[in-house]
Amino acid sequence: MSARRPAKNQPASFEWTPENQAWCEREIKKYPQGRQASCVIPFLWRGQKQEGWVSIPMMEHVARQLDMPYIRVYEVATFYTMFNLAPVGEFHVQVCGTTPCMLRGSKGLNEVCKRVIGDEMHATPDGKLSWLEVECLGACVNAPVVQVSTKESDHFYEDLTPEILEDILGKFRRGEPVKPGSQHPDRHTSDPAGGAKTLIDPALYDGSAARPIGELPNSKPAAPKA
Amino acid sequence: MLQDKDRIFTNLYGLHDWRLEGAKQRGAWNGTKDILAMPPEWIVQQIKDSGLRGRGGAGFPTGLKWSFMPKQIGERPHYLVVNADESEPGTCKDRDIMRHDPHLLIEGCLVASYAMRAHTCFIYIRGEFVDERNNLQAAVDEAYAAGLIGKNACGSGWDFDLVVHHGAGAYICGEETALLESLEGKKGQPRLKPPFPAGAGVYGCPTTVNNVESIAVAPTIIRRGAGWFKKFGRDNNHGTKVFCISGHVNRPCNVEEEMSIPLKTLIETHAGGVRGGWENLKAVIPGGSSVPCLPAPACDDILMDFDALREAKSGLGTAAIIVMDKSTDIVKAIARISHFYKHESCGQCTPCREGTGWMWRVLERMAVGNATTAEIDRLLEVSTQIEGHTICALGDAAAWPVQGLIRHFRAEIEERINNYRADRPHVAVAAE
Ligand SMILES: Cc1cc2nc3c(=O)[nH]c(=O)nc-3n(C[C@H](O)[C@H](O)[C@H](O)COP(=O)(O)O)c2cc1C
Ligand code: SF4
Ligand code: FES
Repeated sequence: MSARRPAKNQPASFEWTPENQAWCEREIKKYPQGRQASCVIPFLWRGQKQEGWVSIPMMEHVARQLDMPYIRVYEVATFYTMFNLAPVGEFHVQVCGTTPCMLRGSKGLNEVCKRVIGDEMHATPDGKLSWLEVECLGACVNAPVVQVSTKESDHFYEDLTPEILEDILGKFRRGEPVKPGSQHPDRHTSDPAGGAKTLIDPALYDGSAARPIGELPNSKPAAPKA
Repeated sequence: MLQDKDRIFTNLYGLHDWRLEGAKQRGAWNGTKDILAMPPEWIVQQIKDSGLRGRGGAGFPTGLKWSFMPKQIGERPHYLVVNADESEPGTCKDRDIMRHDPHLLIEGCLVASYAMRAHTCFIYIRGEFVDERNNLQAAVDEAYAAGLIGKNACGSGWDFDLVVHHGAGAYICGEETALLESLEGKKGQPRLKPPFPAGAGVYGCPTTVNNVESIAVAPTIIRRGAGWFKKFGRDNNHGTKVFCISGHVNRPCNVEEEMSIPLKTLIETHAGGVRGGWENLKAVIPGGSSVPCLPAPACDDILMDFDALREAKSGLGTAAIIVMDKSTDIVKAIARISHFYKHESCGQCTPCREGTGWMWRVLERMAVGNATTAEIDRLLEVSTQIEGHTICALGDAAAWPVQGLIRHFRAEIEERINNYRADRPHVAVAAE
């Protein structure tokens, strides 16, 4: 468990943008009547996208909206580690440090972040970058991996080296585009570098699999014994 | 070895169109209406006959699990909840299914829900998978627009709603009852069982929780026949399986292969072999971070299935293979796994909350040798006090990798301790 506490400096209030307010109203309808508390994580996440972090006025607002005691919303905001309880950089870099990434050099990525950005969870003075070591991001065959969160997106950058990460951080800072996903020249996604030996039979892709099946296997009652 | 014609996830790498048209070309949504014309019991029987065992880690027979749901809808509605929380270190297969073959999953949700008489299914996807969630949601929207799901799904007369829900970073929400708590809008803390989800799951209603892969393979099994799926793998370990191969291999990758494939064949055929050659192998974690590691000699002819790995005192788990070559500091590698469990413990049970942190701190010291040999036994002892004494299996998952380390690499820990002490004759070790 990791102790997570809200920031000292809190804004005076929170309001949804009209667009997000409409989104909330649509979202709540996906759950059974009286079960609107199910929306608490999606709402806090949307709020974080709007403001960059989750503030106490936001939690209070969401609690009223979902008819939940404030303390329940507070518990959720502090339990789930993706909620930033204090402001972060415009590009918030989350470096995976779990064993599969460690085996492929994630420590080197931490060092780049320390040198280029500084201490964990302290944004650079220009407000552009911040970083944090996180646990397995679920992309281990493309290790080492970082996830970069902005208000618009949360892309993964995979198959990194310290040099590539440093280059990417510079590009973020300068506002230049970076292609998300694998940074390996010979990989597409989770395929082996240089091309897979599987999924190459053209018959998989010629539409033959879409031909009507006729009768499902085992769907006929067994013929009565003669 | 599996041939391409027998692979279910034909867009695993996203080289083709993942949207509805592309998915249909590859066989998704073919004959779904015919499947829904069969009685629910028939579908459950097909899944039983196929030998499919759950792909989320525990390997529970899927058809049998489905049969635990009430046979009639009573006062409370039924739910299917798909576990897409995928956070077990080493594991990244459900991610590929959701971003590259989402229609197979959506079709599976419809078929499985119908078989269990659930009109609603939730897919709970981990919060970090934002791009994956966007693909999945786009595919769900397409399926609604095409009438494949929603009212009168596929023209079958069955009404079916599918909701993509997400978390916000908590491994424990992969545990099925923690997932249900989280889905209800609470902290992800596991529930005591019983009651089991089939009796009282989400919102107190009959619920089945299944892994993404377990659900996504179901329509293809029914289209091609239970016997087709069953012919792969050894007895009791049937079917095809997506393996994730990470760590010190030349070409890490995901690949769908048949169950019971030898580990060595899998690594050498698909992942370009161990870095520096098979002789350079030190150890393999064969089923995600929760299972004990296997030392190199045990890897030479081990088969990748539930029973073979259990006999070797490890497990198939999520079939995520983490390869470590001789350059690996195995104590540090396992210490980092302990850190993971310490970080992810939900804190409800004392043995888990306190024990995971304690094991991590001791292992960090052992990694540099700053410990006593007596502490190795104490570590083992503490791990057995956690194992089996907690509400959920995270406690076991934290204990097993440590036990595997001590079982196979005790000599290495001792050597490190001795070297450390030889350099510092006067050190006393701080008690934890
Ligand atoms: C700590 C913990 C984490 C888990 N994480 C996942 C997960 O991310 N995905 C998953 O499918 N199952 C996970 N499981 C297993 C689930 O509890 C459950 O057994 C599984 O979803 C059942 O699906 P299946 O029968 O299709 O395998 C986890 C279990 C534990 C104890
Ligand atoms: S074993 Fe650990 S994670 Fe599971 S309920 Fe207990 S404290 Fe929580
Ligand atoms: S360990 Fe880094 S993505 Fe899994």
